[in-house]
This record gives sequence, C-alpha cells and structure tokens, in this order.
Amino acid sequence: MTATKLPELLSWIVDGQPADAAVARQHAERLAQLRRDGVPRPTIFVGAGTCGLGAGAKETLAALHEYLDNHEVKADVVMVGCVGLCSMEPIVDVQLPGRTRVSYKQITARKAAPLLDAALAGSVPDDMVLGQFRNAALQPWPDVPYLDEHPFFAPQTRWVLANCGVIDPSQIEEYIARGGYAPLVKVLREMTPEAVCDMVEQSGLRGRGGGGFPTGKKWKFARQSAGDQKYLICNADEGDPGAFMDRAVIESDPHRLVEGMAIAAYGIGATKAYVYIRAEYPLAIKRLKAALAQAEANGLLGHDILGSGVDLKVIIKMGAGAFVCGEETALIHSIEGKRGMPRPRPPFPAVSGLFGKPTIINNVETLANLPTVVAGGAAAFSVLGTKTSKGTKVFALSGKVSRTGLVEVAMGTPIRKIVFDIGGGIPNGKAYKAVQIGGPSGGCIPSQHLDIDVDYESLKTVGAIMGSGGLVVMDEDTCMVDVAKFFMDFIQRESCGKCIPCREGTRRMLEILQRITRGRKRERGIEALERFKSVLHLQSLAETIRDSSLCGLGQTAPNPVLSTLRWFRDEYEAHIYERSCPAAACAELVTYSIDAEKCKGCTVCAKKCPVGAIVGAAKSPHHIVIDKCIGCGSCVDACRFEAVMKQ
Amino acid sequence: MTTDLEAVFQRYPNASRDALIPILQEAQQELGYLSREAVVQIGHHLGLPASKIYGVATFYNQFRFQPQGRNHVQVCRGTACHVKGSAAIFEAVKRELKIDAGQTSRDGEFSLEVVACIGACGLAPVICVNGNFHAGVSTKSVAKILNSYRRKGAEHDGDEAA
Repeated sequence: MTATKLPELLSWIVDGQPADAAVARQHAERLAQLRRDGVPRPTIFVGAGTCGLGAGAKETLAALHEYLDNHEVKADVVMVGCVGLCSMEPIVDVQLPGRTRVSYKQITARKAAPLLDAALAGSVPDDMVLGQFRNAALQPWPDVPYLDEHPFFAPQTRWVLANCGVIDPSQIEEYIARGGYAPLVKVLREMTPEAVCDMVEQSGLRGRGGGGFPTGKKWKFARQSAGDQKYLICNADEGDPGAFMDRAVIESDPHRLVEGMAIAAYGIGATKAYVYIRAEYPLAIKRLKAALAQAEANGLLGHDILGSGVDLKVIIKMGAGAFVCGEETALIHSIEGKRGMPRPRPPFPAVSGLFGKPTIINNVETLANLPTVVAGGAAAFSVLGTKTSKGTKVFALSGKVSRTGLVEVAMGTPIRKIVFDIGGGIPNGKAYKAVQIGGPSGGCIPSQHLDIDVDYESLKTVGAIMGSGGLVVMDEDTCMVDVAKFFMDFIQRESCGKCIPCREGTRRMLEILQRITRGRKRERGIEALERFKSVLHLQSLAETIRDSSLCGLGQTAPNPVLSTLRWFRDEYEAHIYERSCPAAACAELVTYSIDAEKCKGCTVCAKKCPVGAIVGAAKSPHHIVIDKCIGCGSCVDACRFEAVMKQ
Repeated sequence: MTTDLEAVFQRYPNASRDALIPILQEAQQELGYLSREAVVQIGHHLGLPASKIYGVATFYNQFRFQPQGRNHVQVCRGTACHVKGSAAIFEAVKRELKIDAGQTSRDGEFSLEVVACIGACGLAPVICVNGNFHAGVSTKSVAKILNSYRRKGAEHDGDEAA
C-alpha cells in the first residue's frame, strides 16, 4: 500500500498546502479511503467491543470469514468498536462500492450467511437492517432509514462517541482522517499553556467523573503550584457498577483519550502521565497500549512532541479492583504501591499529589472532551447545555429498558427523553418505577421527577448526582429496599476501613436493611424489637455517615438509602409493618403457592426443592408448605406449566 | 516456581515501592495465585517485609491466595445485573457447582468469584467463564453453560447468549 506517512497526512490536514496537484490528489484519495467515503470492494465492519463479543461477535466474525472463503468473495473485514446500542449486538455493517454503509442488528453466527447472501447481492434485508449511514458523496439506499433518524440515535448529540463503532480503533490514521490530532497540533503550535487552561475554563467543561469540578480551574491550581515535576493521571478506574462508558471509549476510540491527555498535560505542564485503568477491562488495556505505541511511533507522544520541545511519557497502571480507588487520593496511593486509602484534603492533589508533586486527575470522559473543546473553541462548546453544565454527557443506559447501551446527550436533556425515547421505555408492558443515576453514590429519580434535566445542579435538587454516568432503569418488579440493600452491601464491602463512620456505619445500615427484608420465621427472641429500634435510627445514621466521613465515597455512601427513603417510603413501610415486599423481589418475604388448576403433578418441582417443602402425589396437584419454604425460587424455574405463583 | 518469578523480577530491575502492585499482578498471572513463597520472594526483591505486601495484596479484590479451578467462573453483581436478577443467577451457580464464592470445587474443575461489575451492563445479567462472556443468562441456562465447560475438550457454543 502506498500510504502517505502520517505526520505528512496530519500536516496536510492541518496546513492544507497541496505542494503539487498530483500529491494533493493522492492525499485526497487517501483521506477519502480512510474516511470510507467509498470503498474499493465490499467492506464488512464488525462491532467487536466487549459488549459485542459478549453477544457473540467472535463467532459471527468466524462465520463471516468462513462464508467469504467458501464463496471466494474478495471483501475487507474490519473490526470496529462499539456503536453503543448494546441490546442490538452483534452489529455488523456492510458497505458496497459507491453505496452508503448499512448497519445490521443482532447478526449472530447463524445469520451471517443469510446476511451476506443478500447484502453482497445488492439488497438490504428488511428484517435485519438498523439503518444506513449518511454520506453525501455516496449513493444512498432507497427506502432504508438513516441511522441518525433511528429513535436510539436521533435525540443524541455524539461528540465524545462520534467515532465509536465507526472507525477501526487500531488504526491511528482513521482517527486522523476524521480530524483527530489536529487540535493537539493547534495547541502545541499556537497556544501557550495558560491559554489552554483559559480556553478549557471558558468552555465550562466540568469533571465528568462525578464531582463536576470545573476542569480549567483545577488545571490552574496545578499550573500555579511550584514543582519540578508535575503529573497527569487519567482515572479509568470505572468502579461504579452499572457504568461502562470509559471502557467503551477506550475500546472504540482510544486515540481520542490519548490526544486529550496530551492536551491536558501541555496545559498543566506535566511531562509524565498515568492511566489508571481497571484490570477487568483487558480489551480496553490492549487497545490503549496499541494506541500509545502508535502515537509514540508517529511523534505524537514521547520526547519532543511534533518538534515543540514538549515531552510526555504515558504509563499504564492496572487497578487491582477497589472501588475506593476512584477517589483521587486513594488512587494516588494505589499508584504509589500502597493500600488504596484516601487521606484528608487539603493539601489537594493539585498542590501535593503523586509522590508529593502537583498532580491533576481527570476522568476519561473529561479528557476525551478536550479535542472537541480545542477544535471548535470554547464558545462553540459552551453553546450546548444549560447555564452551569456545558457540552454533553455520556450515560450507560441499562436495566429494565428496551434499548440498552451508550447514550450521549446534550446537557439539559430530560431524563424522560433518555429512558422513553432513546431507551424505548420499559419492556413487557411493565410500569416505570425509578432510574438510579450516579451508582452507589447517587440516588434514584421517581416517575414524578422524570422531566428533570441532566444538569449537575438540578439533579442535586432531587437528591441524586450526575455521577460518572450509570443509568439503571427499574420497573415495578424491582424492590427499592432491595436496591438500597444491594448498594449498602456493595459499599460496606468496598469501604477501605480507614474512617469509622464509613467502616462501621455502612455495615450497621446494611444490617438494618437485612433485618427488614428477612422473613419472620427466622426471627428469634428480641429480634423483632431490635428490628423496630434500628429502623428508627436508619435516617439519622445515614445523615451522620454523610456528615462525618473522610472522603467523598463515604460522604455519599448513604445516598441510596436516603434517596429511596425519600421517594419510596411506602415500600419501606410495607416491609416493616406488613412484612411484605410489594414488588415480590425480597426472597424471604415472598410466598409461593401452586395453582391447582395449572399443576399437572409432574413432581419436577418437588424433586428440585432443596428443603423438601413441596408435597403431593404424582399426577395430582402439588402444594407448598409455607413454613418449610426458604423462598429460593427454584420451583418457579423448574415448573414447565407456570403453575407456581409468587406473591 | 522460582524461575517463574525471576522472569517477572527481571522486568522490574531496581524496583521501588510503586512497582509492587504490577509485580503482584504479574506474579498472580504466572502462578494463578499468590503463594506464601511468592510473597516472600517479592519482599526480598523489593526490600519490603512480607507483612506490608500482605497488607497491600489483601486490600485489593484482584489478588487470590488460593489456586484457581480449571474453569474460573465470575458472576457479575453490578447494579444492572442485580436489577435483572443476578442474585438468583448467583444462587443457581452455587447450587450447580456446590461451592460458594471464593472457593474451588474439590475436583479442581471450577472456582467461583463474585465481581462488582464487568462492564457489560447492556447485556445483563452476565457471567464470565475463563474470560468468555455469557450474556442474558437465566437461572435455567446456567446449568447448560457450566456443563459446556465441564465436559472436557467440548467446544463451547457462543450462541448461548442469544
């Protein structure tokens, strides 16, 4: 391949000086090829992020290759990242020469051959199509909807995710061809570090990791701190269970993060940067390593970047699985090789951080926003959003919602739009109950507040926080007490144990929640009294933990309880007074019974029951002995006639 | 065993404290778990007492002090998975394997681990066996998935997920 060498390609994009007509044409062709404005032969794109692979993209890929080999078709197969529509994975795109690229949904290995049969013959199978890409240079398919008009994509504003699922993340040139690294060149050539800090501050960009501190302001603290060595740390320790946007960005568009880090490091004057990434994300680590190596080989990282005299060395540090390491000072301790425990602030890391030097810690999404900020300028960035929250926010939409996946919306978008328009509402005709935003540190938003905007300040008014962007939808089958118990269980396990309110308090809160979700038959002696006594203290205990914990994680630890108590007090009361779970989710409070009309007496449930609580003769209706039942639910799974009922 | 760790140590010459976690990670990669001997050797290499190393290693969820089974099963207990019923999945896996979290079955076939979140929330509930993701698992499909690993040499069927 007569590829144009990269710095040349980049400088051509940035400077736009065609030396002579022939070279200019060659560049233009190369650029069009990289942007996929037309392909020389059929090209098949397979979404191979962790989500896609989980849904079977690996098998699909094998089936596609097998088909192409068997039919001796010459076609390119490209592994792209994740477009974000997880529930439709594996997603496969096919682009024919001269035509627009078309996305197909749920292409499992079985569907690979039928898809290629139709697509390579020049038709678009209706039952599999998701939509076609918009490209003015190519001939569109008639009667095929555009992808950007799909209800999942139409309400979104994709800045951070612009390239996700579109480009091949292992090719730096594809990122460059779509405008990548030009912002870095602009920063290095035209702007002083102070100007970069000013620009980021004016843009209104705030930390996307949860806190929402203005990024430019934070940088200035580090800039002004004296120190021979300054550090930049990228926080990719996405500990919030229910969030996966950082993983998807790194897997699908790693160069955006690398470029963002280079811009940030220049702004604060750091020559060494760390990426602290979860070890649970092997694919993201692999892609990031490859991206760093490519960037370095092309002079975009390392010593004397693009001849500007600026150095930046990036080191990957794998996290070892501790939720608390999402906290800045704990993360610093972890990189230093110590137990990841927070310390009191001040001094803030911007003054004294890693190895005692000024350190800036930014989240992946914050850094990935920087190329956009620089490319368009501060004013263009701050056009989008609300008064105090600018730009976009990426959410990981999951739970009881029809379309799950990665969603990027402009700040100020109502939650209702995200859940019902983008997510397609609640499946199986169930009713919406709440959405948990911000993970274990956040809160839930009940239906009466669904119209609230995505905005750092307005979310706080209902007791929730922006958080890192986990958005878990819950329907009428979800018990809010159980959700609070789930989060408390998580937090008390992940508490680092340094300060007493968090270490002891969260455990006590969990015990209270366990008591009220426990069945009465296991209650002994004065336990009933204890149960009532502890319930009285639940709220004050939560408030004490919030007010007296050392770090942000401890202070926000009681939020799930405070938030569910505020909006779903009736559910707590049902658990406490009536000993029943309205959602029939708390195993010990649920009673099972067998519908005598539906039961055929097949005896399968009786055999499966681990405690022998099901009695009955063969071929006659069975019966559950309530006193023996432990509520495990194995009879429900075992029954083929749906005769076991849950109350 | 000594030679295994020598290779790791060679990658970290003149290592200081900040190399401790990467060394522990690589040692676990080599040995499958952190044995007492390994911890002592790492201590010699870094000039740290074994107590300090245990202090760090026990803090993080990633480190194991017992060997893994031939098949390592991870059950995701993230929020999205929880809402979609991962508690029942976890019970079903425990019933099927007859071991609890953190244990290894007696025949060494399976070990079970609960993980906070494996970041595949869109496909919840998820279990992960030997690094292969199984999406949209139900209490009914658990046994089938696990059995596909139990039978030695049997190809596992990725279509399970659909």
